[in-house]
Amino acid sequence: MTVLRFTNEHEWISFDEGTATVGITDFAAHQLGDIVFVELPEVGKTIAKAAQAAVVESVKAASEVYSPASGTVTAINQAIVDQPGNVNESPEGAGWFYKMSLSAPGELSGLMDKEAYDAYLKTLDH
Amino acid sequence: MRFLPLTDADRADMLKAVGAKSVDDLFCDVPAAARQSGPLPLPRGLGEMEVERRLSVMAGRNLAASDVPCFLGAGAYRHHVPAAIDQLLTRGEFLTAYTPYQPEVSQGTLQYLFEFQTQVAMITGMEVANASLYDGATACAEAALMSARVTKRAKVLMSGNVHPHYREVTATQAKFTHLEVEALAPDPFGLEDLIGRLDGETACVIVQLPGFFGHLKDYSALAKACQEQGALLVVAVTEPVALGAVKPPGEMGADIVVGDGASLGVGLNFGGPGLGLVAVKEKYVRQMPGRLIGETADADGKRGWVLTLSTREQHIRREKATSNICTNSGLCALAFSMHMTFLGEAGFTKLAKLNHARAVQLAERLAQVKGVKILPSAFFNEFAVQLSKPAVQVVEALASKRILGGVPVSRLYPSWPEMENLMLIAVTETVSDEDMNALIEGLSEVLS
Amino acid sequence: MSLESHTGNRGLVIEEPLIFEQGEPQRSAVDLPDVPDVPGRLGGLERQGTIGLPGLAEPECVRHYTRLSQKNFGIDSGFYPLGSCTMKHNPRLSEKAARLNGFANIHPLQPETTVQGALEAVSLLGQWLMDLTGMSAVAMSPAAGAHGELCGLMAIRAALEDKGDARQIVLVPESAHGTNPATAALCGYQVVSIPANEKGRVDVAALKAKLDGKVAALMLTNPNTCGLFESEILEIASAVKAAGAYFYCDGANFNAIVGRVKVADLGIDCMHINLHKTFSTPHGGGGPGAGPVVLSKRLKAYAPVPFVRQGEGGLELVEHGLGEAAKSFGRMKGFHGQFGVMIRALAYILSMGGNGLYQASSDAVLNANYLLARLSAELTPSFPGPCMHEALFDDRFLKDTGVTTLDFAKAMIDEGFHPMTMYFPLVVHGALLMEPTESESKQTLDIYVETLLSLARKAKAGGAAEDFKAAPRMTPRRRLDETRAARAPVLRWKQA
Repeated sequence: MTVLRFTNEHEWISFDEGTATVGITDFAAHQLGDIVFVELPEVGKTIAKAAQAAVVESVKAASEVYSPASGTVTAINQAIVDQPGNVNESPEGAGWFYKMSLSAPGELSGLMDKEAYDAYLKTLDH
Repeated sequence: MRFLPLTDADRADMLKAVGAKSVDDLFCDVPAAARQSGPLPLPRGLGEMEVERRLSVMAGRNLAASDVPCFLGAGAYRHHVPAAIDQLLTRGEFLTAYTPYQPEVSQGTLQYLFEFQTQVAMITGMEVANASLYDGATACAEAALMSARVTKRAKVLMSGNVHPHYREVTATQAKFTHLEVEALAPDPFGLEDLIGRLDGETACVIVQLPGFFGHLKDYSALAKACQEQGALLVVAVTEPVALGAVKPPGEMGADIVVGDGASLGVGLNFGGPGLGLVAVKEKYVRQMPGRLIGETADADGKRGWVLTLSTREQHIRREKATSNICTNSGLCALAFSMHMTFLGEAGFTKLAKLNHARAVQLAERLAQVKGVKILPSAFFNEFAVQLSKPAVQVVEALASKRILGGVPVSRLYPSWPEMENLMLIAVTETVSDEDMNALIEGLSEVLS
Repeated sequence: MSLESHTGNRGLVIEEPLIFEQGEPQRSAVDLPDVPDVPGRLGGLERQGTIGLPGLAEPECVRHYTRLSQKNFGIDSGFYPLGSCTMKHNPRLSEKAARLNGFANIHPLQPETTVQGALEAVSLLGQWLMDLTGMSAVAMSPAAGAHGELCGLMAIRAALEDKGDARQIVLVPESAHGTNPATAALCGYQVVSIPANEKGRVDVAALKAKLDGKVAALMLTNPNTCGLFESEILEIASAVKAAGAYFYCDGANFNAIVGRVKVADLGIDCMHINLHKTFSTPHGGGGPGAGPVVLSKRLKAYAPVPFVRQGEGGLELVEHGLGEAAKSFGRMKGFHGQFGVMIRALAYILSMGGNGLYQASSDAVLNANYLLARLSAELTPSFPGPCMHEALFDDRFLKDTGVTTLDFAKAMIDEGFHPMTMYFPLVVHGALLMEPTESESKQTLDIYVETLLSLARKAKAGGAAEDFKAAPRMTPRRRLDETRAARAPVLRWKQA
């Protein structure tokens, strides 16, 4: 059973059987506009929760992606490095950033579920 | 006042529209304690005629290098600039534009900067170049910082054959950041060993081509050693004309080339403004400081140019930017680029060969003068000489004969007594046979 | 009737290829003397192969650059109200002065005895900058505004370290130019941001809450980037001083207050002055500028080398951190600074005089307030006036029109104006920052105002969004695809 959670910084993480996938939300991708560059962590890198894991850039903005959970990077999405526009097309699907094995799955309980994230978005002034 | 179009009637009408009684009212937010009381302690404004007269007198108190035999170099070289260049440079559309933030009305600036980037990349033998920094010395410090970002290391190995101002500016920058500069002693004989000092903590090695004391060295082996240690090779070029005759740093394996382009198009101007050049391997472009122009297409599909990769820059990335630079040397880049275009492939390579041949001619004659020893065996258009007397005295004695004979090394290295008798002599295409005769004669007298 | 185009050209709208797509390599616009036949001494390092540069004759070169110039908009072309950049008229006398043989053709390392006039020029300009601000010292070598900021912060850090005080934080208001935080980082400091209040000024309470023993300096632009004078500056200065920190004033907008404000009485420690803004040296498509820094008594000893001093036999250059300069933080620029720019500024100050400079700042502020007052009929000013030298609006007036600040700016181009600064400062939404400068006549401002009011009414009337988004149409190029440029960067020409 897949668990999908969201952060205040507009990252999403889906967790299933020990492997998690991380990306940025539809909202974040829309806010950035056309994405032109993505920098991903190296496979094998250990990342702590809330540490900078990736960078995503549009023409006029650069934004850090913070890891929603602690763990080790097991795979990265080379397709979005080669074609950053893929992130805009499907931020919460084919535009995922990296996969990781979690070292503290309990951390996910502090994140928002879909309903809570949608409510959070409504509170933002945009 | 000739620059101010508003009349008193205009001012009165405008104040009315604003709803203020006087202009003083508009400054109501200034605390009373900080207001300027009374008129400024400056003279009253002057008409063109009087300003020109006053400044001409000031300029007349200088000995212009163009009026006398001049052999000065050490990072600033006198070259002939075609007359058309200055005429074109002062076209208002170039002169009075700003940074091309609005590309639709700035294609002129953007295209010449794209051409400039290409020319700089070509002559240095590198893949990409930026749209300029302030000058060679600041570009050198930026290269050290960039190397530290790329390698995530802090140690900078600075050759003793790099221009002292480039060394000092880099050292100043290091004082305020995590950079650690290991500066080798000045190396007039070209004997230093750099490869032996490299280790796994070296972020970069900075060398100069041609060296400050004139030596020409192939840095290919150094580049290889850097690569093995995971360090970058930074090559500084203070005289870009050399690149018309000398193997370019890119072909030696340089990772970053920095330099000053003022030799071409810009002129001496007492050393400023300069033109900071930076060229790099393409894989490092996102760590590069300064503006970059890129090619794209407009809404009709026509080719055009824009500022690009701006997320590196301060106006977007703020404290995480690759540099704090905003205003650069745009117009100097245009002057350089024009000069390069005017010369072209044939002219640029011939100019370089001419400089070299004239320098060889003078070196051969100087070698016959008693009390003069030429230090480098291989050089381009400049070489250090060892004199039998302190160079400052010699230079002053020559100046009293209206010859600008060379740069005493001690002016740049005052704390090194062993440099006292060293002088740098540069020879460009502007030096005539008569100039050389005057120098030989003058030196023979002064040294006898 | 129109022929099938062979050139892409139409009338004065001319397509111009890159130089690399023109000419023949053997051609040149420079005739050089023959190269003497001597054995080379390049030590086996001769360049091999061709460089790839094109060759053009002089007529082709002249035409190329003339055509490129025609694709540009400068102050000489029309009104250029680019906020924060001070696009004022550039007097041509200043250009002529900088080209005088005795200024343009002197080498930076000539014996000092042969450049007394040049040293006098640097010294006189420096003296006048001190006179204009009331400050105690001046550093002339910084190359531009951001370089001046670095100079000021380096002096501050050197002064603190001299006292053994290792503070780590620089406070920067969120309305600041990006150069401020970038400079602080380059000087090894951590940046802490201070919010603006509802009046567009620094929130003094928030500032005081962050002022502690770790703060090395406050960097504050005044007049600030919203075009407003920081009215609580004296209180800010005394709080900064009480915390043992230094006050860096970003003087990018000094042009608004010349002759009106005695900078030294603001309680600041240093301020850079952009010669290319306040003293009208040309912006040149992005530079060169110059950013001398005036310093307080307590920072004077830490100023960079070189500087000019009066010696026994005349003026001298102090080029090394020795003797009286032993506490200098060092050198930050090759040679002696932006001499050519200094001469232009000197010519400008001589032309204007104290009286003219005073009138210029007065007119600049009046012009901005005039725009603020008249444009408020349709646009939405972010803060009530009076303003200083620039008027700030935001995009509330475009709400629900489908037209953005960017579209509005591009539409101005078709009306013959250079756009204002857009989306800066960041403290208001969709900012439109206009700086008319003192160079514009009331007639120009009136035409500009009528144009902008019409555009605003057109946007608000609805149904015009597509039309705005198609602008500009009357330019050598229409909107350019910046996304494409950034996704696959092409940063140089290459042989196909």
